[in-house]
Amino acid sequence: MKGSWRTKPLATVTAGRGSLSIAAVNPAAEAAYLRPGLTLADARALVPGLATFEADPAADRSALERLAGWCDLYTPWTAVDECGAGSLWLDISGCAHLFGGEAALLDDLALRLHTFGFNTRAAVADTPGAAWAVVRFANTGATTIVPPGEVPTALAPLPVAALRLSPAVVEALGRVGLCYIADLALMARAPLAARFGAAPLKRLDQALGRMDEAVSPRCPVTALRVRLAFAEPISRADDIAAALGHLLTELCAKLEKAHQGARRLELVLCRLDGTTASAVIGTSRPVRDTDHLAHLFAEKLYTLNAGFGVEAMALTATAADPLSPVQIGLDGHGRTEGSTDASLIDHRTSHLVDRLGNRLGADDVIHLSPRTSHIPERASHAVSALTQAPNPGGEIADEPGRRPPRPLHLLPSPEPIQVVVPAPDDPPAMFRWQRRQHRVAQAEGPERIGSEWWLEEPPVPASQKDRIRDYYRVEDTAGQRFWIYRDGPYRPGIKPRWYLHGLFA
Amino acid sequence: MLSPSSSSIAPARPDPALLRKLRTRIRRLEGHSPRDVDTPGIVPLGAADIDCALPWGGLPRAALHEVLGNTAAAGFCIALAARLAGGAGSVLWCRRGHDPYGPGLALFGLDPRRLIVARGRSEKDVLWAMEEGLRSGALAAVLGETRGLAPTARRRLQLAAETGSATALLLRPGSAKTPPGAALTRWRIAAAPGTTVGPRWRVDLEHCRGGIPAAWLVEWSNEKTSGFTVVAELRHGSADHAAGPAAPGEGQLAD
Repeated sequence: MKGSWRTKPLATVTAGRGSLSIAAVNPAAEAAYLRPGLTLADARALVPGLATFEADPAADRSALERLAGWCDLYTPWTAVDECGAGSLWLDISGCAHLFGGEAALLDDLALRLHTFGFNTRAAVADTPGAAWAVVRFANTGATTIVPPGEVPTALAPLPVAALRLSPAVVEALGRVGLCYIADLALMARAPLAARFGAAPLKRLDQALGRMDEAVSPRCPVTALRVRLAFAEPISRADDIAAALGHLLTELCAKLEKAHQGARRLELVLCRLDGTTASAVIGTSRPVRDTDHLAHLFAEKLYTLNAGFGVEAMALTATAADPLSPVQIGLDGHGRTEGSTDASLIDHRTSHLVDRLGNRLGADDVIHLSPRTSHIPERASHAVSALTQAPNPGGEIADEPGRRPPRPLHLLPSPEPIQVVVPAPDDPPAMFRWQRRQHRVAQAEGPERIGSEWWLEEPPVPASQKDRIRDYYRVEDTAGQRFWIYRDGPYRPGIKPRWYLHGLFA
Repeated sequence: MLSPSSSSIAPARPDPALLRKLRTRIRRLEGHSPRDVDTPGIVPLGAADIDCALPWGGLPRAALHEVLGNTAAAGFCIALAARLAGGAGSVLWCRRGHDPYGPGLALFGLDPRRLIVARGRSEKDVLWAMEEGLRSGALAAVLGETRGLAPTARRRLQLAAETGSATALLLRPGSAKTPPGAALTRWRIAAAPGTTVGPRWRVDLEHCRGGIPAAWLVEWSNEKTSGFTVVAELRHGSADHAAGPAAPGEGQLAD
């Protein structure tokens, strides 16, 4: 909510229970006694000039996710609150001193969020539950710090709703006069649990720190993650590349300690305006070679927009595989005396495949992998060279001499041709393809290829299941060689269809 | 581009080894011998006639070679690449459009598992991939299919080939008409009628730095002796004066 929306009454509405009701309001509307839950008709009666928008929970949620991503700036452990809309958890254990203490961190966070246009309240407390309660229900200003050990006193005057209980439970507690947390804390536990279920006690224990509450972080915190925050925002490409170099060195050291090699790396830039930009690279085999990874990122860096400046960068190995440590050679390279030329070539090839794959796309750098199939289309298929090495022990589908030769180019789909066939069961004497006439000088064949009926799920449609094809290799008078076939055997009275399927070199 | 030495090959064909030695000597005297003469960087094509016509006695490895033509030229390139790769090297094929057919490669002696295919979306991608492949030092040969090519791009490829000591084979459509520029040799390949046993090509050596153009009728076989066989030599180089294939039409008409 920016600009004039701060001063005009504004509300988002949601449809439910047969009427439109208010989902959220801005400060101006709140000042006019509008509250979430009010029906739109009542709200209009109070504030005739109320501007309304349809509530979009999915967009709210994704905005919150983005904001949580940006909060990685303060701590790697951020989470979006699951039980109430509009809250973020930040586990700042061990991080606060980096920003000059809890108070300074909180002020910095509140100020920045305010400049992004958010109205926020923030609190620091010993437990997630206490922080949640204080943020939502304490009348102590925009930022609150509950000193260690003072959670019970801070929570005592707050209503029971601050314990993240469902409205039904809150109402039931209110009916017996338990309105404040202090009341609840004094009650005997057993009758309370018997009457209201486990939820109130569990939440109370969590808020007071008697029971651990696990906040699952938004993205899993892996050990293979390094980050770098800058005193001043950087925006020059050279600076970003240099910072990336630092991160890579650090990460590769971590990887080496863990005996791992990165398969996929993600670089996230936290920009000054609260947005993030990211780049992902993949490798064909586990890698922890700083130079090689920097080379791969170099292709991506120029696509990243630094915006008004980058204040922090994080590098994560999102996928890693085991990679045993290597003895570094005396020349500083990973090559030892034992490694052969073949392994060096192998190493270089995988690096080349990585570079090609990261620019052209992993699916566009391929191996032609043979498959044991008689159907020409199925005999070879493309596998990404980045994800799969060619099977070294696999049988070459087409050893010369064992089977008639195959064309160098197979058309993506067979193209129909018009033919002149002198005798019913003969190869054509002439055919027309792509509006050009070819007179056949020589022909060899037929090679009969049937469908693979023994496969349970035929790759060809059921209608073509029993199809056979008679392939001929023909050469025209100019010397061009083609691979053509007749669809089905010759049957008297039926005009057979002919197709061109491939071109020989 | 005719060097004085090359005029000696036309009429009689003396001992190829002697001829090669003499040629090398003359080129040394002239002072512009390519850096890889007399080094393992020469790969003979296996057909004596063609090797003799090339001033280096074979194809220099770290160089750019251009091949013009359609499917036949692609076959010729694959055969060359397989020869360059020996039994161990890998080959990169950079192209746009649909992939070559794996089982068809076996005919030219190239194991599909040693081929990496890079599909580019634009000419720029193809050239970039070629250059990366050449510089990497991991490959024996890089085959690239392009249409037009600026002289600077060609020069870059030549330099990349020298850096990574890999062979750049530039495959272009037969209709392309540009000067060879930085390419060391330029071949024009067309299918020739005659046999259904193996491929038969009309091989035109259109341009060869330090050599004279020549043309042959060449057969490729991968049966027992994998390699090129010169069926006949076509006199007077260019296609216009060619007397036609020497002994065609004896191919068996089988069915």
